[in-house]
Amino acid sequence: MGKWTRRAFIGAGVAAGGALVVGIAVRPGNPIDRLSPLVAKGKGEQLINAWVKIDADNIVTAIVPHVEMGQGIFTSLAQMLADELDADWSKVRILEAPADDKYVSHDIVREFAAPNLEVPAILEPTASGSFLSLATVMTLQITGGSFSIRGTGQRAMRTAGAAAREMLVAAAAKEWNVRAAELRTENSMVLHDKSSKSATFASFATAAAEQSLPAKPKLKSPKDYKLMGKPIARTDIPEKTDGSAIFGIDADLPGMKYAAVKAPPVVGAAVETMDATTAKTMPGVLQILNMGDFVAVVADGYWQAEQALATIDTTYSKTDGDGLDQDALFARYAKMLDEAGDSDGDVEAEEGDVGEAFANAATKVEAEYKVPFLAHATMEPMNCTAWVREGKCDVWSGTQMPLMARKAAAETSGIDYDNVTYHNAYLGGGFGRRAEMDMIIMATRIAKATQYPVKMIWSREEDTMQDHYRPSATSRFQGGLDKDGKAVSWSNIHTHLFDPQEAPTVPYYNIANHKIRKIDVPTHLRFGPWRSVDHSQHGFFIESFVDEMAQAAGKDGYAFRRELLAGSPRHLKVLDTAAKMSGWDKPLPEGHGRGIAFVPSFGTIIAEVAEVDMTGKKPKVKKIFVAADPGFAVNPDGFAAQMESSIAYGLTATLFGEISVKDGAVQQSNFHDYPILRINEMPDVAVEIINGDHKRLGGAGEPGLPPLAPAVTNAIFAATGKRVRELPLSKVDFA
Amino acid sequence: MITLNVNGQAKEVDVDPATPILWVVRENLKMTGTKFGCGVALCGACTVHLDGKPIRSCSTPVSEADGKSITTIEGLAAEDGTFSKVQQAWVDEQVAQCGYCQSGQIMTATALLKNNPNPSDEQIDTAMAGNICRCGTYVRIRKAIKVAAGAPSETQEA
Ligand code: FES
Ligand code: FES
Repeated sequence: MGKWTRRAFIGAGVAAGGALVVGIAVRPGNPIDRLSPLVAKGKGEQLINAWVKIDADNIVTAIVPHVEMGQGIFTSLAQMLADELDADWSKVRILEAPADDKYVSHDIVREFAAPNLEVPAILEPTASGSFLSLATVMTLQITGGSFSIRGTGQRAMRTAGAAAREMLVAAAAKEWNVRAAELRTENSMVLHDKSSKSATFASFATAAAEQSLPAKPKLKSPKDYKLMGKPIARTDIPEKTDGSAIFGIDADLPGMKYAAVKAPPVVGAAVETMDATTAKTMPGVLQILNMGDFVAVVADGYWQAEQALATIDTTYSKTDGDGLDQDALFARYAKMLDEAGDSDGDVEAEEGDVGEAFANAATKVEAEYKVPFLAHATMEPMNCTAWVREGKCDVWSGTQMPLMARKAAAETSGIDYDNVTYHNAYLGGGFGRRAEMDMIIMATRIAKATQYPVKMIWSREEDTMQDHYRPSATSRFQGGLDKDGKAVSWSNIHTHLFDPQEAPTVPYYNIANHKIRKIDVPTHLRFGPWRSVDHSQHGFFIESFVDEMAQAAGKDGYAFRRELLAGSPRHLKVLDTAAKMSGWDKPLPEGHGRGIAFVPSFGTIIAEVAEVDMTGKKPKVKKIFVAADPGFAVNPDGFAAQMESSIAYGLTATLFGEISVKDGAVQQSNFHDYPILRINEMPDVAVEIINGDHKRLGGAGEPGLPPLAPAVTNAIFAATGKRVRELPLSKVDFA
Repeated sequence: MITLNVNGQAKEVDVDPATPILWVVRENLKMTGTKFGCGVALCGACTVHLDGKPIRSCSTPVSEADGKSITTIEGLAAEDGTFSKVQQAWVDEQVAQCGYCQSGQIMTATALLKNNPNPSDEQIDTAMAGNICRCGTYVRIRKAIKVAAGAPSETQEA
């Protein structure tokens, strides 16, 4: 096939499926000419840079460059595209973009880089650290940072839909010989009211493909939205209700074998000796592999592999992490924080003179908070299926980063990148865990050492003990109040976490003097992004301390935060809404308490009020009231579901989430010692959405989590007078 | 050879009788709707019915199913694909998120409603407490069970 031009590329799309294809490059300066030669290499199937097609049956397919892990993103992104296109929702289909990066290059990436668009820095290292832009997230197909809607959806899906609509209208205008302005679109039809003519999008698909790409397609204003802002049913739910949805763990290939694995309990150790005498003789066992950093048993069935693995005796090399216990780790944090004193460490934010303001403060407040490591515990344990054979490699899994998975498989197998295919499936939970590549690499290594497709499944124990953990951390505060109980100084120093950089800062609170610092405390455990990343720790730290300052000022936590937010009407509205929903001023029964917390994160402003019953032995969280301003909620029901989900995830961490190390190894292994919130512990949840700015959309998957823990612990304080400064609550004696 | 009755069909499998039902269903019978979550009866992801009673298939050897009938998530819908009342309520209430735990949730809920067509909130919580959902869909699971039991649904736009 010769060199492809833009038209040839689009034409091929039409030829292949009778489809109109609008490329990724819907923007001024039409780069499709440059994209096409790259796409041409991979033959006609490569529509990764095409987000919408229309087939002969008038079916509109939205091609989404993100993965579905329960956040409902397929539906929401398609909703955005279909709305701008005026598509008939019942005829919209959704396709996950294949893992192909032929058009990912610095040049193209720069073309797409949208200035001033914030991309969570958590994504930075994953993108080879070389570029940081919306394009990075889209082209590298990363799903994380609550970014899909506010980035891809807002910037790309809507534009692609609007551009396709304009091209269809232009084609219809030409054919009917009328002015484009006289035409309108509705339900996947083009209509000319004057002549009562109407025809399907499909009938203009080919001609539309001949139209030039509009430089700046006009986007709808909110009053014209038909699909956006509606609680449209998620398209992936039926197949997740009858068992037919395929997850990574469900990959099935002819001749496939199964691998069970075990890595050294202390991360970084090597397998020194392995005695597999018994395992070798066990039924179904095909191969026993000492991979150096883990042991694998390959067998006809997974259960056989597991049984055999359990009989293998191993010894491990010594590491620097060996002697480490959790208490020693917290002691190390404390020592280093002591050493940093009043001035050392990296300054993350500073204004005014905290030293002087604190010295002159009428009331001084000081506190230290601690949180443990946490595991992700996705319901679907880590797994990956790989097949490496003569010059080819295929990999099946559910990952948050399909393109990185393909790269990892190519590097690991040593097979030419073009001959590596990555197949993504539904993710049985992601929460950041499936942004790592360890499962992809391990499975590819095993497959390389065998002759058949191999499905590697981690036991729950491996999944718990070999995670990339949410870091444990310690944070110290000093706050000053003037004689009227007004906050005048805020200083904080904490052990270093990850990202986002603004997580420890409080720019929305009016405190004239503030200084926030961090220090690095290395540990041997692997860190990874965990739902809401650093906000999960700082939300608790900050909002606990705000409450302590309120108490010192003799003020109610809600009233004190109102003062701090004075002059920010959008923030105040969220705070007021949560308080109102909860009936903040209404009395509660004896032993019950309410707590409030306010954390803007991932572009969404959230306040939560928790109602807690402390009359029993253990805290019982009864109700959570959530007020959220995500700018504009594309799918309000999906947004509410993410709030409910974040509350359950956050409450697990608050009540009993703890990964601890002893002799360098993670002590927890399964749900008996790393418990997950169960239905009888789930509070009622009320969610109120405020659409405060339809131009700047916020995230949904993460921002509901950070305010949860402090809302609960502040409620416990209200009920009992006991201030919780360390999580989880299972460590606290409430007797 | 072990003869099983799965979703009303006789199946022969040649496996070690100690193999858990979970792996026989998933690997030998290629029915992957039943999920592996913990392997030790702690999470409920693997729930199937054995003679109508919910069991943890990860911890039940296939020998125990000899002469009994197994129902999996694939066996709930009618022949023509029409969802069971519980499944339909799950769709109406938009329960699933990642979806991984939902086969187990639905199997447990189905068994609950069979024994107790009108469960109280507390009875729902007690019956469902063995099934973990890491995505935290519990609020909707409660609603869906109520709807399946006959309460009016707050239906979605579709
Ligand atoms: S997998 Fe059987 S109960 Fe968890
Ligand atoms: S829906 Fe994801 S674990 Fe329940």
